[in-house]
Amino acid sequence: MDSEGSQKRDVSYKPEPLISPGHTFSSVTDKISAIVLKNGTTPGWAFGFLISLGLLMLLNTVITLLAIKGVGIWGIRIPAAWGFAIVNFVWWIGIGHAGTLISAFLLLLHQRWRTSINRFAEAMTIFAVMCAGMFPLLHMGRPWLFYYLLPYPNPMWLWPQFRSPLVWDVFAVSTYFTVSLLFWFVGLIPDLATLRDRAKTKATKIIYGILSMGWRGSAVHWSRYETASLLLAGLCTPLVVSVHTVVSFDFTIALVPGWHSTIFPPYFVAGAIYSGFAMVLTLAIPLRKYYHLEDLVTIRHLDIMSKVMLATGLIVAYGYAIETFMSYYSGDPFERDMMNLRMFGPYAVVYWTLIATNLLIPQALWSRKVRRNTLAVFIISLIINMGMWLERFVIVAVSLTRDFTPSAWGMYYPTGWDWATFLGTVGLFFTLFYLFLRFLPMISIVEVRSLVHETSEEGAHAAAD
Amino acid sequence: MQIFHRSTNLISRFTIFGSIVFVAFLGWALYTIALSSWYTRQNYTEQQPVPFSHRHHVGELGIDCRYCHVTVEKSSFAGIPPTQTCMTCHSQIWTNASMLEPVRASYRTNTSLNWVRVNALPEFVYFDHSIHINKGIGCTTCHGPMGEMPLTYRAGTLYMSWCLDCHRQPEKNLRPRSEVFNAFYQQPSRDNPVTYNGVAYTDQLTLGRKLLTDYKIHDEHFMQSCSTCHR
Repeated sequence: MDSEGSQKRDVSYKPEPLISPGHTFSSVTDKISAIVLKNGTTPGWAFGFLISLGLLMLLNTVITLLAIKGVGIWGIRIPAAWGFAIVNFVWWIGIGHAGTLISAFLLLLHQRWRTSINRFAEAMTIFAVMCAGMFPLLHMGRPWLFYYLLPYPNPMWLWPQFRSPLVWDVFAVSTYFTVSLLFWFVGLIPDLATLRDRAKTKATKIIYGILSMGWRGSAVHWSRYETASLLLAGLCTPLVVSVHTVVSFDFTIALVPGWHSTIFPPYFVAGAIYSGFAMVLTLAIPLRKYYHLEDLVTIRHLDIMSKVMLATGLIVAYGYAIETFMSYYSGDPFERDMMNLRMFGPYAVVYWTLIATNLLIPQALWSRKVRRNTLAVFIISLIINMGMWLERFVIVAVSLTRDFTPSAWGMYYPTGWDWATFLGTVGLFFTLFYLFLRFLPMISIVEVRSLVHETSEEGAHAAAD
Repeated sequence: MQIFHRSTNLISRFTIFGSIVFVAFLGWALYTIALSSWYTRQNYTEQQPVPFSHRHHVGELGIDCRYCHVTVEKSSFAGIPPTQTCMTCHSQIWTNASMLEPVRASYRTNTSLNWVRVNALPEFVYFDHSIHINKGIGCTTCHGPMGEMPLTYRAGTLYMSWCLDCHRQPEKNLRPRSEVFNAFYQQPSRDNPVTYNGVAYTDQLTLGRKLLTDYKIHDEHFMQSCSTCHR
């Protein structure tokens, strides 16, 4: 507060704590491990899990039908030979990037606010990458021959086509999945050991015992844990930028107007972090509520995450603006027409919805009041998720259906099976996520415990002043 | 209070390092199986309705390949002979042999003999016999020593790599057109020179390169292009 004529500034400003005061080491451990070790399941979890399982069964049905009848059950035709499959692939992979950013990148930047969200965010990444990985496999005419994409010693003496971004995708996504899984698992080991020590039944002890790889909590183990985490974080961090860059190359390498654009790599990466943080918030806010974690995932966390979302949203907005500007400024008639057709052509409704959901509505996050209102942030995060899906749809559908020669123009209409495949992967994601919530600690016990020490020290200093 | 017995220390080390060995072994095993004759049917004599002997007919009697495989110089398919071809001789000789009863039965009842296909390529491979014959690839180059086969077997793996091996370097296998149907042709060597256009060659690669130009065989770009065979 400004006081007229006063020289004194308020120097005892303490930032809002990242963990509610009053926690001790054991209270943090008790709270998080109790969720996992409790007997039986809550009705809420069971209900959500069953719905997800139902959608997973839908995915099974679609995959069987795809194997029997082929990709003609989807809406892909000439000219739009890529449809929902690639839109969903890019959407899911983009979502995954936020988890890796939170776990790995922010670890290297010593951002302590990542500690209570990184476990479920990284789990979200792994499950999102699994869902994303389904689409390159399913969209193949003969998915059982997927291994042709890998450079294995084959009787045809053929390498995969290394000039193709589709092959680069194979390496990018599989590396991303492997490294993320390893990083997540290594981080889990001390928590799994905690669960092993607190488990009540023999079977639970054995399972967590095997998974915790003999962790004893000795100083040597902790030292190796810290080193391994930093090394894996160092490996994961470039992936945040490189994986979605390679995914954007699926489009930029082509010469279709609207795709052949050098803004795509940074624009896609920013968009990925944007949609990823939106998904983290979509997951975090219900989790806080239903598992009573408001003291660990505080309003300050939501505030910070909303700011990151706003920042990346502005980068995405710059991407839209520069694309529009360059379409006209370049003088290239095809680029100009592509932008006109995006705005005023058959998919115009989708484009303007996209502008509203990705650009306009999230500007509400400038307001501190909005950022700290859980319902508002939840709704905005859902809107951004939808908007980012629409963005990928606009990129794919408009450019394919309106390319160079008008005689090649067509329309893309998704079929029911397109939607079924998408919903099926949503089911896969949530099935895995519900299993994760039930069997693994959704918040990193060891990392949040480190916050207790710091906040209680700050509290002790404040008391001593 | 220990959950696991002390032996799990050893077991876990064993399984972790052993799994690397296991994966390597699995890779080796799959590779060996893929190249094995069980999988490729190479050198595997198929059971036929009549135990036709190429060794006897081609090797001992000297019958030319084209007597039965009529369309090999003009068509993509070399042709399997109708029963009438067999009966051109066997109506006069070995007329009561029990081994030849299925042939006579087929002729009497006017139904084909169900020969089991020994050399078959998948449908997406558009193989043409006539171009190979006309450009100096002998029958025995791909089909093996037919003059010595008592029962017919596949001599090559028919893998794409097997075809590419020659397509990348045709000079390894070319022979003069006059020798294409010679079932006992040997590639030129010091002891066994091959005469072509009046010149005696003692080395396959030299002869091969000469034939490459004389027979106007396409360059390596065409020979290895996907659409050449997978049109």
